[in-house]
Amino acid sequence: MFEKLQNLDRRWIFLFVLLSVIIPLLFPLGLKLHTSPPVEDIYNYIENLPEESVILVSFDYGPSTEIELNPAAKAVVRHAFRKKIKVVTMALWPMGAQMSQNVMKEVAEEFDAEYGRDYVNLGYKAGGSVLLLSLKSGFAQQFPTDVNNVPLSDLPLMNKVKDYNNCALVVSLSAGVPGIREYVLIVNTQFGKTMAGACTAVTAPEMYTFLNSGQLMGLMGGLKGAAEYEKLVGIEGNARKGMDAQSVVHLVIVLFIILSNIIYFVGEYRRKRME
Amino acid sequence: MRREIPMAITTITGVIMIVVFFVPMWGHWSDIFLKWFTVIAGFALVLGAGSLLLVNLNKISRKASGWGYNVILILGLFVMAGLGIFQGIKPGTPYDFIFRYIFTPLSATMFSLLAFYIASAAFRAFKAKSPEAALLLITAFVVMIGRVPIGEVMWNWLPWAKALPLTTIIEDWVMGCFNTAGQRAIMLGASIGIISTSLKILLGIERSYLGGGE
Repeated sequence: MFEKLQNLDRRWIFLFVLLSVIIPLLFPLGLKLHTSPPVEDIYNYIENLPEESVILVSFDYGPSTEIELNPAAKAVVRHAFRKKIKVVTMALWPMGAQMSQNVMKEVAEEFDAEYGRDYVNLGYKAGGSVLLLSLKSGFAQQFPTDVNNVPLSDLPLMNKVKDYNNCALVVSLSAGVPGIREYVLIVNTQFGKTMAGACTAVTAPEMYTFLNSGQLMGLMGGLKGAAEYEKLVGIEGNARKGMDAQSVVHLVIVLFIILSNIIYFVGEYRRKRME
Repeated sequence: MRREIPMAITTITGVIMIVVFFVPMWGHWSDIFLKWFTVIAGFALVLGAGSLLLVNLNKISRKASGWGYNVILILGLFVMAGLGIFQGIKPGTPYDFIFRYIFTPLSATMFSLLAFYIASAAFRAFKAKSPEAALLLITAFVVMIGRVPIGEVMWNWLPWAKALPLTTIIEDWVMGCFNTAGQRAIMLGASIGIISTSLKILLGIERSYLGGGE
């Protein structure tokens, strides 16, 4: 038995992980979720913005991290549209423009938001932090047209949103580089704009340094951050649905680590006794 | 001259960008360079696509192991680029369909596989073999369990849960204190390294970016 556990086939571990994802998704546990201050701060900031304010949302991720970041994007945009806040989106990642298009289309349909008047998608532009630096001279300098090649001058919203100064908040939804870090260094530190971020759970520890220094006003870390925002906005989105599965998977991994350590220490004890 | 001219361009551009940062009234100089950079960055994408094409065509011509995958990659490159350029990427277009229903699930699946490998690797390698490893292990437990709702449920069974909420331990202590201190140390070290390398490039000491193996 002990030897079997020592050489446990990894396919058993895969099976346990698979089941711990599928079962809670099919039969939700209904675990209670508490919100944390970094997420509440973003919610409260947007909640207190006056109607007709504009927020800039940057989709700095691709399809691989869609599961973690799309729920955060949808929750923020839903909150904005509910408060009659205008949304301008752009992307520092090539696939970000498409991610933005899909999220905005879905949420806009719910709120009857009109493209060009309530929201605009500027699309992707290469350059990362240099692009962010150059946008200080105006969005039209680098984005003469939107993602669908419509001139910005033909879009009513962009007639009043010329540069960062017209945006009450900048939100970066980031899965890596370029992303929140570049926004903090350029848009917050150099141009003094209020910044919030949503990132994958893997990159969240790094972002806490910016949160702690006040350079980030709030942070949604991973699926949990998105789930907390969904709770604050009052929607039952994919993040909240996924939290039960994530809870069980984390628990299963921890149990596997405990088991492996028991096996290790028992093995060490036996080895020493044999000597 | 093949090396001197690029070095001169690098030094002049770098010095101007540094000066403009401290003298905002000369900002129009940096605007010109920033526009140039965006154009050059756009060309880098074309260069990347060209390089991808060459490497894969080479493998196909040699019939290297797994050359079928290279064919699929090139087909994917041309199909997606062609559809995007000629029919646009608006919702409802073929590009959008492939992106949503083929590319996105495939990418998400690849990323999801990490969960399985992490679980397997943790079982094999995450052992408290030393006091430092034990400390890391305990912190990992606290963060992994504390960052999900089930952790709060388990924590609330403990008698001191009300006096010491789990959020305080995770947000304020682990993430806000220990994690931030470690991350800042790494960031400061990396930043000093970047400054040092940048200065070496501007002064012409570091020339490896020019290529040529020097």
